[in-house]
Amino acid sequence: MAGKIITISSGKGGVGKTTITANIGLGLAMLGARVICIDADIGLRNLDVMLGLENRIVYDIINYIEGRCRFRQALVRDKRFPELFMMPAAQTRAKDAISIEQMKSVAHEAAQMVDYVLIDSPAGIEHGFRCASAPAELVLVVANPEIASVRDADRVVGLLEAETNTPARLIINRIKPEMVQRKEMLAPEDVVDMLAIDLIGLIPEDPEILTASNRGNPIVLNNGSPAGKAFLDISRRLQGEDVPFAPLKPPSFFQRLLGSH
Amino acid sequence: MEEMALTLKGTQQGIVLRPLSDSWDDVLQGLENALQDAEAFFRGGRLIAEMGRQELTKEKLASLRAILDRYDMELWAVLSDNEQTIHTARTHGLRTRLPGETVGMLPKDQSIAVATPPDVTPSGGARPDPGEYALVVQRTLRSGQSIKYPGHVILVGDVNPGAEIIAGGHIIVWGKMRGLAHAGALGDEHALICAIELTPAQLRIAGYFGRPPESRRRKLAPETARVSEGTIVVEPWHTRK
Repeated sequence: MAGKIITISSGKGGVGKTTITANIGLGLAMLGARVICIDADIGLRNLDVMLGLENRIVYDIINYIEGRCRFRQALVRDKRFPELFMMPAAQTRAKDAISIEQMKSVAHEAAQMVDYVLIDSPAGIEHGFRCASAPAELVLVVANPEIASVRDADRVVGLLEAETNTPARLIINRIKPEMVQRKEMLAPEDVVDMLAIDLIGLIPEDPEILTASNRGNPIVLNNGSPAGKAFLDISRRLQGEDVPFAPLKPPSFFQRLLGSH
Repeated sequence: MEEMALTLKGTQQGIVLRPLSDSWDDVLQGLENALQDAEAFFRGGRLIAEMGRQELTKEKLASLRAILDRYDMELWAVLSDNEQTIHTARTHGLRTRLPGETVGMLPKDQSIAVATPPDVTPSGGARPDPGEYALVVQRTLRSGQSIKYPGHVILVGDVNPGAEIIAGGHIIVWGKMRGLAHAGALGDEHALICAIELTPAQLRIAGYFGRPPESRRRKLAPETARVSEGTIVVEPWHTRK
């Protein structure tokens, strides 16, 4: 049976698509699933860095499309989980180097090999986004709790409804519970209310996410952290598990004192 | 007012222009006036010229397109009983027959407009009779999506910021109105905009504009907007009977 193709998208840039792709991909692998993560951000590839696989790239997705290598050769195997692969984007090319049909065929070929194919979409709503979302059976729409991001996510959901009718689930990233408590940040409920799609993940803001990504060891590998657990929870929900949403609490006085948050 | 030089009618396939006058100049002038009166409504639309027996020469075609260009409209099809006209239209890459009833012909990502809308006369101010026609839509209208309809629009759902409804008649939103609403877009100043939560980016009724005050904090309750003495006023629902 072919694996499930899932695209991670947002409209707006910088909200955490690539971080989320890396963490969910690893999370699914930790749960024992076979996964291929495809970096569809041609020309601005980052997924390899976040997964810590940058120096293992030989071929990329465009090489494969142009027939310069076989499918397996374009895949980079993860150094931690032998059943996790990444297909890198080409850094020296532009978005139009790949057509919607080609992306579909790559994704479907990948789906023959594994349980999950995750596609990291570029920002924007143009060709790159259309390519990345065309093969998807499910789109995870990422929004930060801020007006501009929510508006762009709304646009993405609208486009998906109008063009492909692909189901969408919502991930809210970079939530700062203490700001929500002071009513300085949109509460997750406000975002869900506006976008009117089902929630699949709530991720608290955590500086550790950034440092972990920079080191190429995504935070999901650190099970103790709330953000790591939030990513693993999303992976579990994708596998059909009914995982309740952990309440997001501002760090306590002692936690702040100890600097553990 | 002088005799009408043309009729414009909104249909599922596009705006149908039917010349009534034999003078092409009058037709063009009438069209220009009509487009000017309801620019928001027509902008981006496509036109079907129903010429009947009147001939549409290359020159007439060019002059028609020149006007449409200014309003960001497209000449999409020419319907005619005149063989020369059909030939001219075809050589200019225009349709001379309409495809079967298809909703899918509408531009993607935009508009839903179904059912047979009322006639839109270029005189402006033509007011849809109460209970005449309404488009009922049940969905969330998202950023970038728009509904344009010559009659009344009833939306069951929310209108998110960045979305718009442009209607010839009333706009009734059974939900939150947070986008842009333009009621009476063909010139009807009696058109109303009602919503369960009326917190729009902007309201327009006929030629009037309104914006909620910057510091509007209050209990949310159903409200109605209408034109009164030259401005748009918003009133809580329960005071209106």
